[in-house]
Amino acid sequence: MSSNNVKRSSDAVTAGGHGDISLLPELEAFRDPKSKAARASYDDADIYRDEKSFNEHTLAPMFTTSRAYFVFVIALGIVIANGFAWFVAQTFLGMGQTNMHEPLFWGAYIATFVFWVGMSHSGTIVSSILRLSQANWRRPILRAAEAMTAFSLLVAGMFPLVHVGRLWRVYYMFPLPNQRELWPNFKSPLMWDMMAIGIYLTGSMTFLFIGLLPDLAVARDKAIRENNWRRHYLSFLSLGWRGSHREWSVYNKASMFLAVAILCIAPSVHTIVSWDFAMTMTPGWHTTIFGPYFVVGAIYSGIAAVITLMISLRWIFKLDDVIRTLHIDCLAKLLIVIAIIWTYFYFCEFNVVWYSQKPEEWGIWEWQAERFGSFLWIMVGGSVLSIFLMSWRKIRTNMVAMFFITLLVNVGMFIERYLIVVPILSHRDSAYMWTDYVPSVTELSIIVGSFAYFVLLYALFLKLFPIVTMADVKEGVIVSGDVKLGRHAVRMQVKE
Amino acid sequence: MKSFNYKKHNDYKWAMTVDLDRCDGCGACVVACQAENNIPSLGVEQTQEGRNMLWLRIERYIEGSYPDVKVRFLPMMCQHCDTAPCESVCPVYATYQNNEGLNVQVYNRCVGTRFCGNNCPYSVRYFNWYDPDFEGKEKNQLNPDVSLREKGIMEKCTFCMQRIRRGKDNAADEGREVHDGDIKPACVQTCPTGALEFGNINDHHSRVSKLAHSGRAISLFEEKGTHPSVKYLKGGTADVF
Repeated sequence: MSSNNVKRSSDAVTAGGHGDISLLPELEAFRDPKSKAARASYDDADIYRDEKSFNEHTLAPMFTTSRAYFVFVIALGIVIANGFAWFVAQTFLGMGQTNMHEPLFWGAYIATFVFWVGMSHSGTIVSSILRLSQANWRRPILRAAEAMTAFSLLVAGMFPLVHVGRLWRVYYMFPLPNQRELWPNFKSPLMWDMMAIGIYLTGSMTFLFIGLLPDLAVARDKAIRENNWRRHYLSFLSLGWRGSHREWSVYNKASMFLAVAILCIAPSVHTIVSWDFAMTMTPGWHTTIFGPYFVVGAIYSGIAAVITLMISLRWIFKLDDVIRTLHIDCLAKLLIVIAIIWTYFYFCEFNVVWYSQKPEEWGIWEWQAERFGSFLWIMVGGSVLSIFLMSWRKIRTNMVAMFFITLLVNVGMFIERYLIVVPILSHRDSAYMWTDYVPSVTELSIIVGSFAYFVLLYALFLKLFPIVTMADVKEGVIVSGDVKLGRHAVRMQVKE
Repeated sequence: MKSFNYKKHNDYKWAMTVDLDRCDGCGACVVACQAENNIPSLGVEQTQEGRNMLWLRIERYIEGSYPDVKVRFLPMMCQHCDTAPCESVCPVYATYQNNEGLNVQVYNRCVGTRFCGNNCPYSVRYFNWYDPDFEGKEKNQLNPDVSLREKGIMEKCTFCMQRIRRGKDNAADEGREVHDGDIKPACVQTCPTGALEFGNINDHHSRVSKLAHSGRAISLFEEKGTHPSVKYLKGGTADVF
């Protein structure tokens, strides 16, 4: 555990912890003698500010609001209101407002649902892996990633409600006690799905909240000092945090426990989402690879989204010295690994069907290539291209390039989810029922609305809660520092 | 397997045979089914969307090219599988197997996740995309024995459940078992060529039992392991030009 009772100062050298002291060569790997600024924007584990100005700097996105922000929020609100209006119309008129028809009972809604559940998969996974592996560079970006999980899950949870035929009877799916002793069917993958997402949402919300506590207290102190309106909810939510030794030790235990728990829950969630498909006997869905393939796909699109989000945050709120080039670089390396695994899985899925040419399965691929050929190329080509491009550090550290690469990855992943649902259902066993499908205006409006909803939730979060994991950054300062070994200054760190 | 238990514990196991050699694709069964079960006719637009709710449909497959063209007809309705894939995936038990081998849909329980439809290899489950719209005189010919279905729920062929009930009631009033031929679903009653046969497959003397155990009987998508209650009879040339 970190020694939080050590007096904090920005030039702390080493902390008096009992852990073993080890070199972290990766921290020193990047040396750019030409420019000190480049080093400052890349290097890690040190903030070149004193604590007070660091607090001010990282709380600035929260406490200062520009006019553009309001315009942006109103614009999002209009998009959401549009989607909501279509949703209300669909509920009152009937699901016929969509373009689904027999036997294509699931369409763009379910594809989007899977997409959002996937998006939720990297925030907390990345956060827990980095916490557990004690990757020191993780510190400033944790909150931004965790918040992404929570909000994309909220958006995902909306889609089953949009999708069901009788919204007003949806409580039949909950295990509520009733006179007829009717229970939901626990044999149904949808039931597992609901529970998995419920648990994951609870877990990741708790994870986010626990991580927020010390930073909430800092924000609370500032709000009270400045008599800001945020003091009301901040003093309630910070649970009277005072930063005592006991509080820190409980905090550390809780966040470690939750990190491990989340790491176990998260893969199970997307495996179960994949089982919504794989447990059926529909050719094209009924494959054993779907579990791991979905999990990897989820982490893949999730990490890409984290990078997109980080770059946007850093650009909008001028957080260049907090979310540094290093973070994008490290996340991009992680993304390469996941992208390779995903592409490999996709290849495996394709290859066995192609070789065996089993008519009911190969027929789907032919159908898909005929109708969605260009989509397929964007998806697979985008993935291969991004692996190729990200192999260069110049591109990994180029924010504009990374922004568009990660966007391309997520466009590809949305297509992937669409192609899992639509071509397979339009090419069922019964050849008489083969059909085509294009989403209707209702479906597209609601889906676009869901994207706006996610951005709105995130934008509101930015203004209500501190977005940078300040406590973790400060901990990083305490537990590490430069030590002179001979002629070289080497970064050392106390292991937690 | 469930189907073996039926013989021990239950008197009835309803089954149907479809003689493909006799079916000439006239479509009388489709109309009868629609009238009997209060299935709304959806109009041109919805039909083009592919939302016709024909519980019993006649699939037409055209083979060969001119002048050597053959048309094959395949009446397709809910197969009432013994191990039905639609049942296990329903999150609310809106569809289940009753003790007479029927695959039953509980309209009031359905929330409309449409998972059952995705798992049905025969694609014989239909969804109410809109509230049914019966106009003017159509309302007068609705069958009072069959409930109307609200928008947002699944429905499918019931083997004319209401007729089975009535047949059993009549038999019980007379203090006897249901005889072969007592119960005729609307499609069976209407079929002019006698291609459809319905009865209790547990009764070894029933026509349906004899036909289903004849060498001509096949099940659709047998490799799926669904054990359908509908058997198709195929022997001669099922070709109609």
